[in-house]
Amino acid sequence: MISITNLQASIEGKSILNGINLEIKPGEVHAIMGPNGAGKSTLSSVLAGRSDYDITGGNVTFLGKNLLELSPEDRAREGLFLAFQYPVEIPGVSSTNFLKTAINEKRKYHGLEPMEATDFLKFMRSKMEEMEMDKSLTSRSLNEGFSGGEKKRNEVFQMAMLEPKFCIMDETDSGLDIDALRLVSAGVNKLRNSERSFLVITHYQRLLDYIVPDFVHVLYKGRIVKSGDASLAKELEVKGYDWIKQEVEAAV
Amino acid sequence: MSDTEVGIIDQIVTQEYKYGFTTNIEMETAPMGLSEDTVRFISAKKNEPEWMLAWRLKAYHHWLKMEEPNWQNFDYPKINYQDIIFYAAPKQKVQLDSLDQVDPELLKTFEKLGISLQEQKRLTGVAVDAVFDSVSIATTFKEQLKEKGVIFCSISEAMHEHPELVKKYIGSVVPQTDNYFAALNSAVFSDGSFVYIPKGVRCPMELSTYFRINAENTGQFERTLIIADDDSYVSYLEGCTAPMRDEHQLHAAVVELVAHENAEIKYSTVQNWYPGDKDGKGGIYNFVTKRGICEGNNAKISWTQVETGSAITWKYPSCILKGDNSTGEFFSVAVTNNAQIADTGTKMIHIGKNTKSRIVSKGISAGKSHNSYRGLVKINKKADGARNYTQCDSMLIGDKCGAHTFPYIEVNNNTATLEHEASTSKIGEDQIFYCAQRGIGLEEAISLIVNGFCKEVLNQLPMEFAVEAQKLLAVSLEGSVG
Repeated sequence: MISITNLQASIEGKSILNGINLEIKPGEVHAIMGPNGAGKSTLSSVLAGRSDYDITGGNVTFLGKNLLELSPEDRAREGLFLAFQYPVEIPGVSSTNFLKTAINEKRKYHGLEPMEATDFLKFMRSKMEEMEMDKSLTSRSLNEGFSGGEKKRNEVFQMAMLEPKFCIMDETDSGLDIDALRLVSAGVNKLRNSERSFLVITHYQRLLDYIVPDFVHVLYKGRIVKSGDASLAKELEVKGYDWIKQEVEAAV
Repeated sequence: MSDTEVGIIDQIVTQEYKYGFTTNIEMETAPMGLSEDTVRFISAKKNEPEWMLAWRLKAYHHWLKMEEPNWQNFDYPKINYQDIIFYAAPKQKVQLDSLDQVDPELLKTFEKLGISLQEQKRLTGVAVDAVFDSVSIATTFKEQLKEKGVIFCSISEAMHEHPELVKKYIGSVVPQTDNYFAALNSAVFSDGSFVYIPKGVRCPMELSTYFRINAENTGQFERTLIIADDDSYVSYLEGCTAPMRDEHQLHAAVVELVAHENAEIKYSTVQNWYPGDKDGKGGIYNFVTKRGICEGNNAKISWTQVETGSAITWKYPSCILKGDNSTGEFFSVAVTNNAQIADTGTKMIHIGKNTKSRIVSKGISAGKSHNSYRGLVKINKKADGARNYTQCDSMLIGDKCGAHTFPYIEVNNNTATLEHEASTSKIGEDQIFYCAQRGIGLEEAISLIVNGFCKEVLNQLPMEFAVEAQKLLAVSLEGSVG
């Protein structure tokens, strides 16, 4: 699915990612954990193509293509989806219209005709049922006046609609209470299948109680310093990050 | 939001000015410049009654004593009124009964504009009074309207056919001496539309006029007069387009609306005059006086404007709320890009009791343009229980443009309720990136965001005109971000 080799990135001359190596196969769920400032959100931004960052080295291959050469919109059209930590509000634009535009832009990219309005509405209705979305959500302006939980659920709903191949969840659990967390996780779990891969970025282990990963990686100072299975997350929950920091410092 | 709305902004974002073509049709023009003779020439050409000429001359002599206003929030080079041709009409020898007799060149022009009259007739059920330069060429659906007693014709025709109405109402809302450009218009107006809706009649279709400046150096001095008698309703749309030229052209129109008791007039404008090039060379000066009066109780006047064109747009469609319980509305989208300037807004004059007004203004500035909202809400002494709500939102694209707001409020009655909300936003990189991450490219993203921003106003446009109006709304915001 995606293969990240020695990825390095900096912002305003400050190095944030210092050689990330990660291989994700179809259907796998990888979690990236780490203390604040480790570079977690930078990794998601760089993969999605935010222009604030300078790529200073390394490669990323996504479905056989050089990801770093693609524009952010083309990355999305190829099937990369980022669930934002802070979804942006777009006043006056309904979710329906936004998604229809997104889907048709993607179809255009793949040489397909735009979806007929009625087909689109049918498709959306079925996805709303599947994701148990409230009907009012789609006619409201995108993310405007949404609660934190609604915003995150809406991100997952967009994911369901756009049917991406590779999903990055950027601190999706931040700002969610336990009920919202459960709902959002249930949505993500519905979208898990043998073809679709996930990269779940989180500071806390509790999200991983609901979205159980195949692999857990610890990011520290812009490098993956430890990898393991889901039990690594539990260990971190108990011990915190300090022991990893110490391990790393000792190794230097 | 509907498909068509997305479509509009699509075009706004991507298009160059696409209406910039000229039509080679033999024109009959007045000698260049302005004098009493010019006024007499125009009046004679139109075979006007004596009282009309006298009215024009009064305006002209008053205009001579007036000075061009200079309180606006922009500068423009002095206009030389002796360099303007004040009258140009396609040469035509006979009166026409059907479209088949119209010059094919002219019909082609309409087709390029997307308003093929045949199609209009066939598909839309819309009556179009197409004003080509200065003379009305073809008026459709007249018969159907006639059945209801609706009068929809050119104003010069109305002078002959309905002199009592024209005499009674012309200048009753915007007097000849009202302001510099209104006086000029009163002296030299060439043609325009006249609408009269009789008592108790709901006009069965949207009425629409397309103005189009064609001949070089022709000022366009339209005059529109709409009267809605008691308990009647009419919705009227004007769309404006002009060809590209290097020099500036002046458009000084006057629109007067009169709504009697329980009557409603909805007036929508989609203005897309040539805005000039990127550096501000050429383009239309759109200096227009538009005013409506709610003469009777419970009358309502609603202005909706989508202003995307013109080098300079300078106008304040206003409502005089004279009748008790009457309502005035103003919905505006003004888009400026490159070197364009807009100084626009409205005046709501509350005179009657329990009068209400609502103002929703959306200004979008890109490039190095300047966009000003200027509005007056005036509550007179006797206007007990008057209410106004004003909402003024500005959106900035890029960092070289300007948005300005000049709200004027005069309250002379302490039972009035006024609300004013204003906001300024920027299309943020975060919004653009969010869209990009969903596969939506830059232009489409701007289109979505701008469209969402204007939604409240666009929703006011008559549905029947949505597609066409949206075509005309095209103005290029391309390259204005990032």
